[in-house]
Amino acid sequence: MEIVHTDALIIGGGLAGLRTAIGVRRRGFDAIVLSLVPAKRSHSATAQGGMQASLGNSVKGQGDNEDVHFLDTVRGSDWGADQEVVRMFVHTAPKAVRELAAWGVPWNRVRAGDRHSVVDGKSVTLKEAEGTHGLIDARNFGGTAKWRTCYVSDGTGHSLLYTMSNQAIAEQIPVHERMEALSLIHEDGRCCGAVVRNLATGQLLVYIAKAVAIATGGCGRLYRTTTNAVINEGMGAAMALETGIASLGNMEAVQFHPTAIVPSGILVTEGCRGDGGLLLDVDGNRFMAEYEPEKKELASRDVVSRWMEHHIRNGKGVKSRFGDHLWLDIRLLGKEHITTRLREVNEICHYFLGIDPVEKLIPVRPAQHYSMGGVRTDHTGQSPQLRGLFAVGEAACWDMHGFNRLGGNSLAETVVGGMIVGEYMADFIESSSADFRFSAGVVQQAVAAQQKLLSSFTGSENPVRIIEDMRSIMSEKVGIYRTGEALREAVTQLQSLLQRAKHIGVKSSARGANPELVSAYRSGSMLKLALCIAQGALQREESRGAHFRADFPMRNDRDWLCRTLATWEDPEQMAPTLRYEPLDVMRMELPPGWRGYGAKERIEHPHTAQRQAEVEAARAQDKNRYELQRELMPFEHLLPESLRGKNARFQEEPV
Amino acid sequence: MNLIPAREIATQETPRKLRITVLRHNPSEPDITPYLQTFEVEEGEGTTLFIALNEIREQQDASLQFDFVCRAGVCGSCAMIINGKPALACRTLTRDLPDHVQLAPLPGFELIGDLSVNTGKWMRHMAERVQTWLHRAEETISLDALEERQDPDLAEKIYELERCIECGCCVAACGTAQMRPDFVGAVGLLQLARFKLDPRDTREDADYYQVIGDESGVFGCMTLLGCEDVCPKELPLAQQIAYMRRQMALIK
Repeated sequence: MEIVHTDALIIGGGLAGLRTAIGVRRRGFDAIVLSLVPAKRSHSATAQGGMQASLGNSVKGQGDNEDVHFLDTVRGSDWGADQEVVRMFVHTAPKAVRELAAWGVPWNRVRAGDRHSVVDGKSVTLKEAEGTHGLIDARNFGGTAKWRTCYVSDGTGHSLLYTMSNQAIAEQIPVHERMEALSLIHEDGRCCGAVVRNLATGQLLVYIAKAVAIATGGCGRLYRTTTNAVINEGMGAAMALETGIASLGNMEAVQFHPTAIVPSGILVTEGCRGDGGLLLDVDGNRFMAEYEPEKKELASRDVVSRWMEHHIRNGKGVKSRFGDHLWLDIRLLGKEHITTRLREVNEICHYFLGIDPVEKLIPVRPAQHYSMGGVRTDHTGQSPQLRGLFAVGEAACWDMHGFNRLGGNSLAETVVGGMIVGEYMADFIESSSADFRFSAGVVQQAVAAQQKLLSSFTGSENPVRIIEDMRSIMSEKVGIYRTGEALREAVTQLQSLLQRAKHIGVKSSARGANPELVSAYRSGSMLKLALCIAQGALQREESRGAHFRADFPMRNDRDWLCRTLATWEDPEQMAPTLRYEPLDVMRMELPPGWRGYGAKERIEHPHTAQRQAEVEAARAQDKNRYELQRELMPFEHLLPESLRGKNARFQEEPV
Repeated sequence: MNLIPAREIATQETPRKLRITVLRHNPSEPDITPYLQTFEVEEGEGTTLFIALNEIREQQDASLQFDFVCRAGVCGSCAMIINGKPALACRTLTRDLPDHVQLAPLPGFELIGDLSVNTGKWMRHMAERVQTWLHRAEETISLDALEERQDPDLAEKIYELERCIECGCCVAACGTAQMRPDFVGAVGLLQLARFKLDPRDTREDADYYQVIGDESGVFGCMTLLGCEDVCPKELPLAQQIAYMRRQMALIK
């Protein structure tokens, strides 16, 4: 058995994993990145529209700062987010964009003078200030008060991932490609490595590390229709769950993106609507203006997706052989804009739909897009239950997104999270190196368990069928509209699949890569994750953000202002153990209220009025924005020291 | 307006039966000589090679190896030889292909099995060799200060050269790369051209000459331009190679 030793083992070669690895490496420790695929092929590459950071350079971004970004993000989360973490995030996002610029990312830049744009369906001319020429530009995205989304055409994720990956190569960080971590090795509540399978050769190996980070992205492939890449099966989160110790947070919080093309589910960016694109129904009617008079197409994703499904249910969808859909209209943006700022969208329309979006409407319908939930961590990115285990990016529930993530906040989270978690991981390695130990027995047991699993597939069930059935159940019963009845059915059916998964048979005995075997060993883990989502959704009898219960349509702060924690202690148990972690209203900088879009009715938390009065009293004092913020909810002490500096802005007086 | 594109509602009386022939070999089974295997698939509306190959693997042969990640033409994983030409399989619609489709792995890369090749290893080696990262003068960056300004047009030009997805099509279509395993390829030359365009990169032409000033670099190119013919991102490869060669020729 080959054993590889390192200080930090980073599982996942996307933006979050690579930035974490760079952070650790720069502190003088060894880091190895494991990746299912070559790092530059990670799902981060497909992010199109951009990354939120409150630079406030463009005329439509002026007056923006951390405070505004904070308010947008918390409202977007429907008050499910950890507000301290949101503060850490919005404070660090401008630094992340600027670091990436210095590493070479060719962000689109502000061009002084007249700028033609489309706002609310109308052609307008904006004037960019002379002094901002050449600073980083931003575009409009949903659920934001300012134009804040920094972008590189609509290939932002690609540009970021290539820059980051090349930076990691420059720092000589090894990426072990086509490697899949199967299980975490842990002893006495400390994670000390992973059992890993080489996907090309089938060989098992062991990685021993002083700290391990899960940066494996989301789990969209639990659903039938998803924008996610085929590798996003949630195996990182599942591996944490299967320790029986680490917990997953808010797995029922699943985002559906409004504009996936029909039928393939490939994403076209929110930038289409941010730049002025419209949603139309079968009659050519701009229906979002009726449902959301203020934000229209640019309400948060959960709200827009819900109204789209609602509108389709009311018979306003366009019939097609692939089911009903709606239209995305970007024709009004013009050819020049579409072929430069939306060129990936243009390519996707040509290749996958056979249409020219300059002339034609794009068929769209919401599809699974993002998992707000993931491995629960504290503000440093470490699991509160399993020391030495970190998680970052979409795989984590660090919890800056609560029950709905804003567009542009995920690319930002990957890099910001990596910057912060990399530092804390290095701190952990530094402070705990002396007492790091692992016993050979534990490693052997972990390996033996995987060997046993891999040789157990002698039954008659087909793993591909099981996974397909799971995806149908998730899409049909654990989607945008949820009811207790459908969720109960989903849980029962998923449990029966989990039972069947114990009798899987693998026909192919190919040495080396064996795709059938991969489906076989992943299926049980995927089902456990699916059950965390379905069971969490069943028990949460309220509607919050992307979690909408038709039978409990109101947000209920009184009973449900809390985070769901799922654990799976006994491998034989058939459902997750769910516990709830309350969010403390009395410590919130922004007490619960209306989001500014979506439903207005809610059940208040008993402490909200009192906290609201405290916050208003504080705001009435004569204090600058930094002093006020510090009084309401201090957070700077939670950041690594290197990231605490104030962010400079064009035309903002330094305080 | 609001009509479904005609192509989508046009019902075919009988769906086409596609014959898909795959060149198969698993290097971990060296005793088995490479062979051609033909599968039959019924074509549906909007069937891509991504859909067809997955259907084959799910219903006919679970051992078939291929690579897809984004299935949206963005990540560069699924390049293969499709009826003789390198292309991205995920965005190849079968309706644009004849009844018989022949698939082979990309040449010029280590074979993992069947249609799966190790482009990752090749690209990492190339990146290390030509150093595909910005070489800045100053080591430390102030994260708090206003960002350095950049001309908006220049930023767009740089992005234009940064759109490469390292799919390997240009290497597979390159005569030199097939003869010289150490040839840096259009992919490597384009990436250097990107950094050369960036005024913040401190490397001089002489530095670039060190890495690409020979037959394994820019002087290896025979101007066959297969790279540009097949590049799925339609990058200006011929122009950039010519530009780099001119610059390098001026060195000595």
